[in-house]
Amino acid sequence: MPQLNKGAHHPVTLTLNGDEVTGHAEPRMLLSDFLTHEIGITSCHVGCEHGVCGACTVLVDGTVMRACLTLAVQADGTEVETAENLASDDGELSGLQQAFKKHHGLQCGYCTPGILMSLTAYLKENPKPTEEELRDMLSGHLCRCTGYVGMVKAVLDYCENQET
Amino acid sequence: MADAAEAKKYLGQPVERVEDEILLMGKAQYSDHLPTRAGTQHAAILRSPHAHAKIISVDTSRAEKMPGVTAVMTGDDVREMSEAFLIVLRQPINQWALAVEKVRYVGEPVALVVARDRYIAEDALSEIDVVYEPMKPAIDQEEAVSDDAPIVHETVGSNVVSTRNFSYGDPEAAFAEADKVVKLKIRYPRNSQTPLEGFVVTADYHPGEDLYDVASNYQGPFTSHPVMSMALRVKNSQLRMRTPQWSGGGFGVKVQIFPYVVLICIASKKVGKPVKWVEDKLEHLSAAAAAPNRLIKMEAAVKSDGTVTGFRFDQQDDYGAFLRAPMPGPLYRMHGILTGAYDITNLAVTNRVVMTNKCPSAMVRGFGGPQMYYAIERIMHKVAVELEMDPLDVIRKNLVPAGVFPYRAAAGALLDSGDYPAAIEKAVEDGALDELKKRRDERRAAGKKYGIGYAAIVEPAQSNMGYLSNILPRDERQRNPKGGAVANATVNVDPLGTVSVTADSIPQGQGHMTILSQIVADVLGLTPDHIKVNLDFDTAKDAWSIATGNYSSRFSSATAVACQKAAEKVRAKLSRIASQTLNVPPDQLEFVEGKIRDTSNIENAINFYRAAGSAHWTPGNLPDEMEPCVRETGSWSPPELESPNDKDQINTSLTYGFVFDFCGIEIDDDTGEVKIDRYVTLHDSGTLLNPLIADGQVHGAFAWAVGCALYEEFVYGDDGSFLTGTFADYLVPTSWEVPEPEIIHMESPSMVTPLGAKGIGEGNCMSTPVCLANAVADALDVDDLTLPLTPAKISALIHGEEKPPTNDTIAADTSTKGEGNVLQGSGETVVPGEPQDVWDTLLDPEALAAVIPGCHKLDQVGDNSYEADVSLGVGPVRGRFKANVALSDMIEPEKATLSGGLIGPLGASRGSGHVTLSAADGGTKVAYDYAIELSGTVASVGGRLLEGAAKALVNQFFQRLGAQVGGEPVTGDEPWWRGLLRSLGLVK
Ligand code: FES
Ligand code: FES
Repeated sequence: MPQLNKGAHHPVTLTLNGDEVTGHAEPRMLLSDFLTHEIGITSCHVGCEHGVCGACTVLVDGTVMRACLTLAVQADGTEVETAENLASDDGELSGLQQAFKKHHGLQCGYCTPGILMSLTAYLKENPKPTEEELRDMLSGHLCRCTGYVGMVKAVLDYCENQET
Repeated sequence: MADAAEAKKYLGQPVERVEDEILLMGKAQYSDHLPTRAGTQHAAILRSPHAHAKIISVDTSRAEKMPGVTAVMTGDDVREMSEAFLIVLRQPINQWALAVEKVRYVGEPVALVVARDRYIAEDALSEIDVVYEPMKPAIDQEEAVSDDAPIVHETVGSNVVSTRNFSYGDPEAAFAEADKVVKLKIRYPRNSQTPLEGFVVTADYHPGEDLYDVASNYQGPFTSHPVMSMALRVKNSQLRMRTPQWSGGGFGVKVQIFPYVVLICIASKKVGKPVKWVEDKLEHLSAAAAAPNRLIKMEAAVKSDGTVTGFRFDQQDDYGAFLRAPMPGPLYRMHGILTGAYDITNLAVTNRVVMTNKCPSAMVRGFGGPQMYYAIERIMHKVAVELEMDPLDVIRKNLVPAGVFPYRAAAGALLDSGDYPAAIEKAVEDGALDELKKRRDERRAAGKKYGIGYAAIVEPAQSNMGYLSNILPRDERQRNPKGGAVANATVNVDPLGTVSVTADSIPQGQGHMTILSQIVADVLGLTPDHIKVNLDFDTAKDAWSIATGNYSSRFSSATAVACQKAAEKVRAKLSRIASQTLNVPPDQLEFVEGKIRDTSNIENAINFYRAAGSAHWTPGNLPDEMEPCVRETGSWSPPELESPNDKDQINTSLTYGFVFDFCGIEIDDDTGEVKIDRYVTLHDSGTLLNPLIADGQVHGAFAWAVGCALYEEFVYGDDGSFLTGTFADYLVPTSWEVPEPEIIHMESPSMVTPLGAKGIGEGNCMSTPVCLANAVADALDVDDLTLPLTPAKISALIHGEEKPPTNDTIAADTSTKGEGNVLQGSGETVVPGEPQDVWDTLLDPEALAAVIPGCHKLDQVGDNSYEADVSLGVGPVRGRFKANVALSDMIEPEKATLSGGLIGPLGASRGSGHVTLSAADGGTKVAYDYAIELSGTVASVGGRLLEGAAKALVNQFFQRLGAQVGGEPVTGDEPWWRGLLRSLGLVK
């Protein structure tokens, strides 16, 4: 295991949405700060920085992670997926994103990318959740704008129309 | 000209939002993403751990020397470089951007570090030494008004900084002639909708121009722009405020960024570089904003048939430590509509503004409405209970009747339109109230605690800029009358005929871009996707006025109207241009599908883009005296918003919607949890501009209101320590707690705004908390209910107060009762060695330093007194503290008393304890007890973790003591919290 020195800037290389990126991070730098201020993506939102709100959620090697509770150096060598990856390359929204739009599942949009990432992982495991299961899962995220109504409808509608 | 109303293709439709695509892709640039200039520095703020204390000294020398630190600023710098903020009241309440001489609440900014990066800036905070002299704080608003209460602002001389009495109609007679006087005392708690995104400010001072260029997520009202520029000692035009297109929620809270704007501006001036500051959640929860807690003593004069003939309000709002503009707005914004939805002509009001040692109060969604309606609708419920009537019948009996609009309410509100009785019957019918009543009967028959609640409220929107004038005596306000509410929007058509819109609404996620695109598309015969709306804002370039901003639900009756007017001007101009080409009078033209055409011969047409383009490409051919280009600004201020009259009546808002809610709740007998079974909410918000967005506003307001009713409260200890500094302490409802409300709409177009639309985003913040409380009152047959209705409170109502735990080892009491945030414990342990050895170790500075967990350095500073430098942490916060410990009552080698305190950037503590030593099998028995009071960050975020942390710390201390006495090496490398984490199984 490499030794990480306090104050030193270590190179961190990871695969971000399919592309290899490299930046530098002190050992204590959070993954959320790294992605936003070192790499320059805009979807990893910091809502609480203490692991409660879920706005910073990204997938690390396919696992749902709070980027505000993960150190950048921990993500070295991993595959990170963020909400930027959900739409197709030519900019067409994914089915889930379209459902959010149709059902007014977002307002300020600050919580949204994190919620989409949690859902991406969750729906792989449980493609047809009941409303109760879905609400249980979404309770790991905070949204201050929407009252969750639109996003619950969006996901149920999306799942309904999915081939299984 | 075709009737504009006929052409409404998009307005009024549930058009999907144009905002969503970029947001869903995660590509929107919020404030933290805005580009900054190379060399931008980052700021962190040192905050007060005390609710009330004199600042004796601030030593920044060590912090300044740290590599990467550019500057450290204190109250002295701020006083030198800026003025205290202007306030509404004429009182000597001076707030600067950093504390000066005194701190007045936990979380108050005391010093600012500017450094190369945020991590270094935060490190440097722990190297600033502040010496405080703690003072007794004024915390409880009822105690704060007593004669011997500590005074928050000595220069004022009292914590009551304003008292105003108002009387309308003949309240004396109404109460004298009443069959019954119903009384109620309400304490409405402190809360806030706490947007997920915190404050962000970047300021760049330009010396050659003496200009402050600021990018921030400020949301207005721009009445605070002059407050900032005056504090900075510059002309308004020298404070350029820019706000981005995207904001992570506002809810009123983001006006409160303004003291930080000034702070970061002067920091930038001082260091000669741009400076950026991003607020974290603890800073936000403890120090950003809270709706004022309110004490209301209310009386209703009642006839035995349920008619209410008069209201008496004695309202006392707690504004915390300072009165930041536009405070005390919550007490006056609702003034004109103090009689709610009722036809009550006799009204007496006393308003008091009280200062305490808490976070300064602020603008938060609902803005005075939740507090006021909590009192009104609770008392209407109580009237029904006391008269043994159905609560809904009492509401029905007193409503403003149909057919009287516009109706002037007692205190001056001009209710613009509606039919309240019909609305209620519609809700009863469509919302199936009968079934709900049946359900209540069934559940009660099954032994369950089930209740039904009602609330009828009037939802004001678009504040009159003169609403605060009523706080001034008549003669004073007449010298400088204020009223009105200006809105601005601009529609531009470029040389290729594409249309763009700018406006003054500073959106916080509500979907303004979509609605403006709907409006302009309709007026110009285009589709919304042809209209590019840019709502990022720049005071140096955009049309603005003091009313600019996002608050008081002003969008649909203000900015939307200004935009409609701008679009109509563009249409008029293009009609004249087209009329010349098509050879028909302008009023015979229609704008349809991208064309301008003759209504009598639709083949006679010109493309929209061509007509617009000619104003750019061939200005010489324009009709006489027409100016080139197509760029029109619409400005509007409704004439109904006058300043208060000489009877103190004021039309506090422009439009008044109606909301009627009813709900069924069931209470879990074992846990005391309130479960919302059904919730029906009827809204008459005039014409709906976009029903999809309107429902979203209702859902959002409802969710927060559920939080206010059941979970959310900023809690303070009696010593003023702040106890709810994380989202695990300040509980916010999740998808699990918020059910979907059943929404019913009715549309009575407003007469006072051209689009007929009223506000819709605040109604449920006002109606829902009290509707739920009324249902709980119905379920439990109680009338003294204080929000939030937590399981603990409800259980106490059902089963009586819970007894304190009788745990004799370590009990962490973080409740608000008693001594504030006190941690107490006692225990005993056996360490190897004779009592004398243990005693010697405790008195030997070097040995003691090795024993205290996290101790870096310990110096003896007097007889039996020590100063130490220690690292400690609880939960997510760790930091370095300075400790002072003194030993007294010493009987060698038997017992001693320890007392002292800790202070550091993360908080302060004071405490004392006793240690007794006695010989025991295998060594010395050490018995101890302690009581420690905590404040600052540790108290705010660590509440739930303190018990475990204390236990771990104490255990570790004695382990190390044993090792030291026994001559073993003390394992000093591992910080104690790792031990705690290990014991919790969180690390290996
Ligand atoms: S920012 Fe990471 S969970 Fe809130
Ligand atoms: S949409 Fe604003 S927080 Fe969820």
